[in-house]
Amino acid sequence: MIPPPFEYVAPKSISEAVKILDRDTNAKILAGGQSLIPLMRFRLASPTLLIDINRIDGLEYIREEVGWLKIGALTRETHLDRSDLIESRYPLLADTTRMVADPLVRNLATLGGNLAHADPANDHPATMLAYGARVVATSPSGTRVIPIQEFFVGPFESSLEHNELITEIQIPAYQVGSSGAYAKMERKVGDFATAAVAVQIQLDRSGQCTYAGVGLTNVGLMPIKAAAAEQSLVGQVLNDAVIHKAAQLAGEVAEPQSDQRGTEEYKRALVRTLTVRALRTALKRLDRGG
Amino acid sequence: MTQAQTPDTVQGIGHSRKRVEDARFLQGRGNFIDDLKLPGMLHLSIVRSPYAHARIKSINTDRAMATPGVLAVITGETLKQFNVHNMPTLMSDTQMVLPVDTVKYQYQEVAGVLATDRYTAADGVAAVDVEYDPLPAVVDPKKALEPGAPKVRDDKPSNQIWHWEWGDEQKTEQAFNQAEVTVAEDIYIPRIHVSSIETCGCVAQWDPVDKHLTLWMTTQAPHAIRTVVALVTAHLGLSEEKIRVISPDIGGGFGGKVPVYPGYVIAVAASIVTGKPVKWIENRTENLAADSFARDYHMHVELAGQTDGTLTALRINTIADHGYTDAAANPSKFPAGLFHICTGSYNLKDAFVEVDGVYTNKPPGGIAYRCSFRVTEAVHAIERMADVMAHTIGMDPAEFRMKNFIKPEQFPYKSALGWEYDSGNYGAALRKAMDMVGYEDLRREQAEKRARGELMGIGISSFTEIVGAGPSKDFDILGIKMFDSCEIRVHPTGKAIARFGTKSQGQAHETTYAQIIAEELGIPSDHIKVEEGDTDTAPYGLGTYASRSTPTAGAAASIASRKIRDKAKKIAAHLLEAAEEDLVWERGKFYVKGSPDRFKTIQDIAFAAYTNHPQGMEAGLEAVDYYDPPNLTYPFGSYICVVDIDRGTGAVKVRRFVAVDDCGVRINPMVVEGQIHGGLAMGFAPALLEEIIYDENGNLLTPNFMDYLLPTAVETPRWETGETVTPSPHHPIGAKGVGESATVGAPAAIANAVVDALWHLGVRNIDIPITPPKVWALLNQYGVAVEE
Amino acid sequence: MNTHKITMTVNGQTVEADVEPRMLLVHFLREKLNLTGTHIGCDTTSCGACTVQLNGTPVKSCTVLAVQADGGVVNTVEGLAQNGQYHPIQEGFREMHGLQCGFCTPGMMITAVSLLEQNPDPTEDEIRWGISGNLCRCTGYVNIVKAIQYAGEKMRAQNAVPQANAEVHP
Repeated sequence: MIPPPFEYVAPKSISEAVKILDRDTNAKILAGGQSLIPLMRFRLASPTLLIDINRIDGLEYIREEVGWLKIGALTRETHLDRSDLIESRYPLLADTTRMVADPLVRNLATLGGNLAHADPANDHPATMLAYGARVVATSPSGTRVIPIQEFFVGPFESSLEHNELITEIQIPAYQVGSSGAYAKMERKVGDFATAAVAVQIQLDRSGQCTYAGVGLTNVGLMPIKAAAAEQSLVGQVLNDAVIHKAAQLAGEVAEPQSDQRGTEEYKRALVRTLTVRALRTALKRLDRGG
Repeated sequence: MTQAQTPDTVQGIGHSRKRVEDARFLQGRGNFIDDLKLPGMLHLSIVRSPYAHARIKSINTDRAMATPGVLAVITGETLKQFNVHNMPTLMSDTQMVLPVDTVKYQYQEVAGVLATDRYTAADGVAAVDVEYDPLPAVVDPKKALEPGAPKVRDDKPSNQIWHWEWGDEQKTEQAFNQAEVTVAEDIYIPRIHVSSIETCGCVAQWDPVDKHLTLWMTTQAPHAIRTVVALVTAHLGLSEEKIRVISPDIGGGFGGKVPVYPGYVIAVAASIVTGKPVKWIENRTENLAADSFARDYHMHVELAGQTDGTLTALRINTIADHGYTDAAANPSKFPAGLFHICTGSYNLKDAFVEVDGVYTNKPPGGIAYRCSFRVTEAVHAIERMADVMAHTIGMDPAEFRMKNFIKPEQFPYKSALGWEYDSGNYGAALRKAMDMVGYEDLRREQAEKRARGELMGIGISSFTEIVGAGPSKDFDILGIKMFDSCEIRVHPTGKAIARFGTKSQGQAHETTYAQIIAEELGIPSDHIKVEEGDTDTAPYGLGTYASRSTPTAGAAASIASRKIRDKAKKIAAHLLEAAEEDLVWERGKFYVKGSPDRFKTIQDIAFAAYTNHPQGMEAGLEAVDYYDPPNLTYPFGSYICVVDIDRGTGAVKVRRFVAVDDCGVRINPMVVEGQIHGGLAMGFAPALLEEIIYDENGNLLTPNFMDYLLPTAVETPRWETGETVTPSPHHPIGAKGVGESATVGAPAAIANAVVDALWHLGVRNIDIPITPPKVWALLNQYGVAVEE
Repeated sequence: MNTHKITMTVNGQTVEADVEPRMLLVHFLREKLNLTGTHIGCDTTSCGACTVQLNGTPVKSCTVLAVQADGGVVNTVEGLAQNGQYHPIQEGFREMHGLQCGFCTPGMMITAVSLLEQNPDPTEDEIRWGISGNLCRCTGYVNIVKAIQYAGEKMRAQNAVPQANAEVHP
């Protein structure tokens, strides 16, 4: 379980990092390393150059600003887990971060890395889809903002150019009446999801849903945005019938594979069940004034 | 409750003495194999087959040898020159060290790369180019027995290894014909892997000047290894007095560190060839993929009885998947281990069992998972079927068991399959478990919940274990009888050293053996140094596995202590100028009958043994005992598990798990409880999580901890433990083994609980591991799955 | 082979070495520094036997490169006892029989220390959650939880009033 040899560099700035990326197509970014290093130990990934970005200042932060929750790409999962701001106003994100791997891995794993790796089994992608988030990426030619719906293009494939580095993730800022939840079925702590559903909703004062985001984890080659399910919730009061209808629709867009975690039929049923549970949890949180 | 008879200053039996071992482990100063560094040490890593069955067309070592720091690549051809490419297994079959032409399982060892350090060795392994010609793989043992199935072994006539049977087939057939009720189920216990946190490895050091081999090794049986190595390498000039096997600290064994793995042999060969120490440490993938597994029994189990609940007969037919060679570490007369304990805790009159061992393209093994030679399989069979019978006739499973238990007055009890159980009080253990869990209340709760459509289950496992192999008339490993030993030497200042033929891998022998000796001699256990694991110093023994240490070596400690006491009495008589028959022993001293102020302590006596012993008597105060147990010991217990089933996901939540164990006298209650906690976790995990899975081409789908699921502290239930104490009448201190009881007894309790929750729907059996998808499929089938 | 010069503080001592970038921190500690108390138990960052404290945070050192720790502070099991006195966590594991084979123990204790530093009075659920990145095969976790509770109580008392630690037993 020894990686093959490689070169290593630890730049002190974003511009230096992306310049090196630009130069070397066989280079990879080392952020938390909790996905990359295991792959390298199995020799499934063999970059010849690792660019360690952990020395770059100013990439770890959580702040609300001008209508967005802005999170630095290098922010560790543990940092997200311990944030009172996220706990109180972004419960979907709070749920999700706690479901990533285990507490030790979370000490190093980063939000940016979780998205950049684009593993359909990772937890944050579905959550970001549910939020309608944006990814800020920097390259030698400047910065661009990528809507999350355009970010995931294939299994382990994002729309990032090779010379781009994620620097920030932006989530629409909390408003009164917003809530969410992440319901993940895993075989044990540390496992990828058998299936998981991320739900973000916004209710107006009459209890009608004005926004719904539903993302599905590990039931397809990419994280899935359950658009029909979302649309079925908007404009509705979220009673049992509406919730079950949305769950039905979410199940229909899932594309699970039968494997050791379960059959296709089982995973699809799980998507429906977890959609109901996530919606109910999100609603309960609103009742509690959350 | 084992009451302590000695004061806190002595800490004999019954004290929860704190562990001697802890000091080094807590400070990170354990001596595990991979911690060992010797000057000039080389590193061995292994090239492994990606195919389950294939012919090796070529092995090209050019790129590997061109890697700086790679010194050699050892292949089957290399070893064949010295005739060590094959080795015998413990069941007298043949196992490859390295193949010469064909590989028989995925991840099989194909070549060894020797390098200056482990990083270079890894690079070397990646640079060895092997060309294979894949062959059809045999993965299903039932298919392997069909005519026309591809043969796994070219040197064998068929895929059947052996047929073994036990019991009276005719009488059992009659009993079934006459029975009012019969029940039958197919029960499959899949392959699992013990996965100690420390993997296997060794450091082999050949001294070419002295022609001496020192082998540090993760082994639970160092002496047996030494003898086997001596026999297998005799033609190369090695000799047993010049082989030293050292088993230092072992990070968990559970049976997985009993077999001889090819890596050890290649390391020895590499050291002999280079004259340098060679280290081999496997990684986790290698450990899971190639090292000894356990279980893989396909059982057809039948019970016969009367409608009033009386059990009359048992019949089991089993297909045993052994992998490509029979390398299970069973006592040689028992290819199916102690499987015929399967009549369990019940007064069954007739029984017949048969087992067919089968070759498949998988790694060899069979009993390496804390299970005392197939006892988990046996207990699972009888305890699952006891529930099936009870439910079928509409009788409460606890009541059913109470009715059929062997009664205390029937001990020693000769079972229908020939075992003589030493002692037991099964009803007391079950009653205690029922009280602890609140059984009657739970049954009421279950009825209420069932009426509301909630799925709750209660499962019982009342197991009888069989440990302490074993009496010399029946038990041997490769011909070596299964005694065990203790040698005690008392020093002039009254301290002692005791050495044993066993080898702890976490069972606290350094702490508990001293307590036995302290009990017998009154020497404080803190003054008794315990050693194991070095074949140059320890008396010969068969090692620690199958919960045999306390029954064999523990007994030897007791007997050796009593031999010392006999000599001590003579010295005391001399010192006190009294007749031996006038002396009374009171733990730690001899005094003159009627004059208790005239005494000599064991310390006085020890000093005198070197300074003032009687004329004509040998100096010194020591003894050795090689203990041949007259019988095995039969620990037992009753476990009750309560589960709640999530109708949306199929997840099984263990709400409560009560475990009442009886292992006779408890030497160290704290240690015994710790063993039970750990054993329960290793019973729980196979029941719900663990399975070694192959696809139809023999590819291993669970080669690492991402897919072979060990429970964390979150999944593991909070065990509630209790005890009864029914001493073993034949053991010198009344103790039985206990290390594996919980692993043996727990899976059936959990499986029974889940089936109990679903019986009313029509479910009769669920094979372990009982995963959420399996449960959900049943819920769906019976129309009770929900989506919320 | 390209090597990098790295410097770090390990258990209070400054160390300097030349390492390949691919050298894992766990191998650096075990093989270059001879601190063999930190163990290796798996290939997939699952078991936690390799847990050490890096810059105050417990991490799985098999999934960290030694070069990443350059300029950092590493604490391992060998640094827990101070001046011949056990850390409360070591005392807790001893008193509560929280170890059997001892192989997972160093990593488990490092995780536990960090857990208690972060959350001085955890519930049982919080303890089990906190150690869910550390696998044990021997103990069934019951006594590990008790050991951590014992240590927590001791550390809370010490932080209230400074007290002598338990002696390290030979």
